[in-house]
Amino acid sequence: MPEVTIGWYIALSVALFTIGSLGVLIRRNAIIIFMSIELMLNSANLAFVAFARHLNDINGQVIVFFVITVAAAEVAVGLALIVAIFRTKHSINIDELHILKG
Amino acid sequence: MGDPIAFIILAVVALASALGMLLGRNAVHSALYLVLNFSTIAIFFLILKAPFLFVTQITIYAGAIMVLFLFVVMLLGAERLGGEGSKAGKWQLPVSIVLAFLLIITFVYVLISGGDAAGGNSLATVEGGPVEIGLALFESYVFPFEVASVLLLVAMVGVVVLRTKRGDNA
Repeated sequence: MPEVTIGWYIALSVALFTIGSLGVLIRRNAIIIFMSIELMLNSANLAFVAFARHLNDINGQVIVFFVITVAAAEVAVGLALIVAIFRTKHSINIDELHILKG
Repeated sequence: MGDPIAFIILAVVALASALGMLLGRNAVHSALYLVLNFSTIAIFFLILKAPFLFVTQITIYAGAIMVLFLFVVMLLGAERLGGEGSKAGKWQLPVSIVLAFLLIITFVYVLISGGDAAGGNSLATVEGGPVEIGLALFESYVFPFEVASVLLLVAMVGVVVLRTKRGDNA
């Protein structure tokens, strides 16, 4: 059996990040775009933890802790924004939200 | 860094659930696929000797954040917003069942095998339990910790301001 190395985790992380960025680029639903951003943050977290294990360093895990904090704050504010936009425009399709007017 | 079989199965589940999130026509299905993906990554954290992050990932990501997502999706009634049709597709049910089964089986396997049996030099590895994370957090990351708390406070105030009706008091 081959040994699982850091490269396997980096490859998986890159693949997940690519899927997340594809989601941001091709989907038109603002909520799905937010989910794709969460997916990208998670793939970065996976790379951080893999490197923390590889280098025997706890600091990578502490960074992940901060990333989770920031992601929670970002989701709360972002979803509140989406709800506010939906109340005024009755749509969260980002193609229809190109006018910067209230 | 873990068992190759467990890694491959978990990687397949992670990639398939990410693709399910990307291709799902219904926002609720996408959110549930994302929960599956977050659980998979949490098990990766367990394999990589980060038990505290495993629990944090489950409670905050797969729990709190995804509940928030589902709550907003259902609040807006926006399962099919974006005009992308409502055909759920026959493939979703079997795919989700297979993925969930693989996840549970691998999780049990990882728990039984102790995560990283093939690691060898267990003395030299860091174990990211609550004690180690807490020590690192309060010894070398005190200032970022405070900044994070201020950030959470700002986010909370921001959400309250966003939800205040215009013209109430200002």
